[in-house]
Amino acid sequence: MRRGIPTWLKILMPIVGIGLPLLLWSFLSYNGLVKDIFLPTPDKVITTGLELFREDDLIKDILASTGRVLGGFIAAALVAIPIGLLMGTFHSMEGLFSPFVSAVRYMPVAAFVPLIIIWAGIEEPAKILIVFMGIVLYNITMIVDGVKAIPDEVLNAAYTLGANRWVLLSKVIFPAALPSIINTLRVNIAGAWNFLVLAELLAASEGLGFRILRSQRYLQTDRVLFCILIIGVIGLTTDYALKRLGMVLTPWAEQGERQS
Amino acid sequence: MVDLSPLPLQSNGSPSQQIVPKLSVHGLSKTFQYQSQPLTVLDNVDIELQANEFICLVGSSGCGKSTLLKIIAGLMSPSEGEVRVEGEAVEGPGSDRGMVFQSYSLFPWLTVAKNVEFGLKLQGMAKKERQERIAYYLDVVGLSRFANALPKQLSGGMKQRAAIARALANEPEVMLMDEPFGALDAQTKEQLQQFMQEIWERTHMTILMVTHDVEEAIFLSHRVYIMDAHPGRIRENLQIPLPEHRELEIKLTPEFLNLKRHITNQLGH
Repeated sequence: MRRGIPTWLKILMPIVGIGLPLLLWSFLSYNGLVKDIFLPTPDKVITTGLELFREDDLIKDILASTGRVLGGFIAAALVAIPIGLLMGTFHSMEGLFSPFVSAVRYMPVAAFVPLIIIWAGIEEPAKILIVFMGIVLYNITMIVDGVKAIPDEVLNAAYTLGANRWVLLSKVIFPAALPSIINTLRVNIAGAWNFLVLAELLAASEGLGFRILRSQRYLQTDRVLFCILIIGVIGLTTDYALKRLGMVLTPWAEQGERQS
Repeated sequence: MVDLSPLPLQSNGSPSQQIVPKLSVHGLSKTFQYQSQPLTVLDNVDIELQANEFICLVGSSGCGKSTLLKIIAGLMSPSEGEVRVEGEAVEGPGSDRGMVFQSYSLFPWLTVAKNVEFGLKLQGMAKKERQERIAYYLDVVGLSRFANALPKQLSGGMKQRAAIARALANEPEVMLMDEPFGALDAQTKEQLQQFMQEIWERTHMTILMVTHDVEEAIFLSHRVYIMDAHPGRIRENLQIPLPEHRELEIKLTPEFLNLKRHITNQLGH
């Protein structure tokens, strides 16, 4: 278990992993085993998609959605990183924030949507707020765990070298927790896309989620599938980017700390 | 024959001129709440280290010796008693008491040189002086070639040497070592024991080391404090009447073995 595998297997396995579902999809759709309206053929999805780019300005939707996701994601990171670091470090801060964080984490964000409309309207800020609320508490919880996983001896060593609390937080706890912070953000950007679709249920006039919902209304399954695929591709790209960021910022991290 | 009678706990300073000990612990006790019962881990502990002494504290596991070291370092507060460095009572951690831990204490995101530099920067030392100190202490521990390596690239023994260099570079009044070789294999351990002997000969640092390894304690120290467990008390303050410079072969001499037998008996009493 967990041993390295030969290169050919490393290349083959992902191809099989993606190829098999594609094969199953082709088999079901080209044979007409499943009706076109439920599952269009792969090539139809691609041609419709290209049409969307050419005639329907899909780029605009992609930019709108990506902007909302990034807005909510960055805001959630900026709020969660300091709070997570403080909660993980000081019992007093944990006592202060923890009841709120734990309780609200169980409240579905979807249930807040009506409230958000009253608070923030139905424009861009409301959509960003939904994405933000969807992931900020998960960010905090995971960052707190990352901070608590820092060995006591590392903190004690810093103290015996003359560090005060501020030095400890900025020069020891922050760098020590950085790999797990980047990991947290990687995991939760996927969640951000979930909440984006929810956000675009609100009176949106553009965006991938909005496209999906509207296409569903007209039973345009091919368009729905294409937009979902686009979200998948964007997700993979951001995941890879954050992984690279982790390798650049924390080249010192051990294998286990940086999950693949 | 080696004289094995216990020494008085008081320091050996001449009565006319009172020498202030480098480190002293007076009437120190520590009680924890364990399942809503008070549990006394340390009971009225007194110890003293004179300047340039290398002292080991031996005791079976659970005797509270690591707790004692943490209290001296200021990482834990005592229930009673006090810790003095050069006669001044200390509270909380400070760079006057450097510490080397059993493992995992290097900052993994910093290179070996930057690890050593960490405390020097906190002292506000100028860059040129910092670099000279780093170079000097990396040379002392034999890691000059690994100045720019990350901790994860080092073996267990090298990591401990780097941690020792980091503590030494801060030039504390006292260096505290908490079973620093406990996580190493037998061979590396002996190498590092010899290495510690050389370090002391070069720096004459005042060192208090906690260990459960009786041989290690005798080999390295000028004096050994033997601790009782449950509650942790100082049972005996034993002078080690061996020559100051020691080779590993000394572990096979009758004097050494006598001391070992005596301490082992005391621990097992």
